[in-house]
Amino acid sequence: MTGTGVGPKLIEINGVEAGYDKSVVLHDVNFHVHEDQFTGIVGPSGAGKTTLLRLLLGTVKPYSGTVTNMQGLRTAYVPQLETVNWNFPLTVSECVLMSRPTKRKLPWSTQPERDEVTAVLERLGIAQLADRHIRDLSGGQQQRMFLARALLRQPQLLLLDEPTSGVDVSTRHDILHLLADLHEDGVAIVLTTHDLNGMAAHLPHIVCINHRVIAEGTPKQVITPPVLEQTFGARMEVLEHLGMRVVVDEQPEHKGSVSN
Amino acid sequence: METILEPLQYAFFQKGLLVASLSGALLGFIGVYIVLRGMSYIGHGLSHSIFGGFAAAQLFAAQFYILGAGLWGIASALAINTVAKKSRVGADAAIGVITTASFALGVALFAKFGTSGPSFESALFGSILGITTEQIIGLLAVIVLTVGFVFLRYRALLFATFDPDVADVSGVKVNRIEAMLMIILSLAILATLTVVGVTLVAAMLVIPAVVARMLTDSFGKMLAISTIIGTFSGFTGMYISYYAGVPSGTMIVLVGATIFLLVLAITGGRGLKRSVGLDAH
Repeated sequence: MTGTGVGPKLIEINGVEAGYDKSVVLHDVNFHVHEDQFTGIVGPSGAGKTTLLRLLLGTVKPYSGTVTNMQGLRTAYVPQLETVNWNFPLTVSECVLMSRPTKRKLPWSTQPERDEVTAVLERLGIAQLADRHIRDLSGGQQQRMFLARALLRQPQLLLLDEPTSGVDVSTRHDILHLLADLHEDGVAIVLTTHDLNGMAAHLPHIVCINHRVIAEGTPKQVITPPVLEQTFGARMEVLEHLGMRVVVDEQPEHKGSVSN
Repeated sequence: METILEPLQYAFFQKGLLVASLSGALLGFIGVYIVLRGMSYIGHGLSHSIFGGFAAAQLFAAQFYILGAGLWGIASALAINTVAKKSRVGADAAIGVITTASFALGVALFAKFGTSGPSFESALFGSILGITTEQIIGLLAVIVLTVGFVFLRYRALLFATFDPDVADVSGVKVNRIEAMLMIILSLAILATLTVVGVTLVAAMLVIPAVVARMLTDSFGKMLAISTIIGTFSGFTGMYISYYAGVPSGTMIVLVGATIFLLVLAITGGRGLKRSVGLDAH
């Protein structure tokens, strides 16, 4: 999997300080998103992961520094599942359709619009759930529905906030493979996660943050005890398993740990 | 049949019946958005706030009191919207203070100076008496504005109601839509205030929408059912009010509450499950 970011820049964040209500959450952040990027933003709770995502989205404005978007950039956003009311009276297809850009002034959808929704639901393997109420979906299906809603916008950049939070292992694998497929299809992806082993270690590019960027690079470059200690404020051990980095709480008796 | 036809010979009742039915329809329709956005408390507060404007405007510009109360209502609506969005802590408290202070001002002005328009009791609990043609025209204008707004901005309004954060980054002008919704809400409250009464308007914003949610999982159907329940409550409540000799607003709300209990009994756990956490965001 490529995705470490060498293509044209979609967004440039330079020397940014940002936060909420005058309190600074992120200091001196420099971060670029490229056309072929697939990046995980990793850090503990409250480290500023979502704030960085919101800077990319443009919903948080920097106190200082600059955020520059490529002209005409199409961005789509997948929020955390718990941010919406799942009891809202809405079917899966209605939920997906609402994001479709339209200049149409009539409330009801056209046949081409419905065909588009069906196509994107088929792509994500949930076409058979189109008429279900959104509450009747599993966590993984809800995540797929949000992805479908985002893809209907035909984004160049897809931003996801904790996409594997609260889902089981099998669903996590599904989501990871789905995102890898989308990336293969040419969509740049940036997501936040606090799941080092289940998510971050599988991504081609990671940014570790704790109110500032601690390190960025491939998992091999970034998932190291010193970087993790700086990021999470706790000592962790890093093991190698089938060529992948595995993070465990520090236990002195472990052998074969990676020291760099 | 005579029970239905007999009151219709009076012009005041014809007007009252028309205004009550249209008021129920309007509040039922807009109430869907208010309930789903978790703004029930704001609707309650806003109706009390408008009462202050209603009293003050009658005092200072008797001929234009509707205009004055409307401006007061819109200003209150936008202020409440701003407080609710910006203040992370104590938004409910701030809204409570603003709106109840405005209500208290209204009560004080009514007590001290009286009124040239609807009586104090009518303004609080609604009345079928004294409804003017101008009020009917005003109500129709608000209905046209509301339906037009929802019709033309249906998808954006739905997106902003369900998921405002994502709607915002998807190009929906969420702030503008929310401000417009608050303005329409304040105008709807003002236009229905004389029949339903300031203290009971909030109930008619909430009850039809909650009942409709208990009956359907579809947003479009919820809008239609809520409007029908609101209309029925207004129509039936007005008749009962005529025969029972009690303020119209109380009967309209009681009819709505009876429908709620009936639907709850019929749908049982399924309906309750649908309506629980209706406004949870």
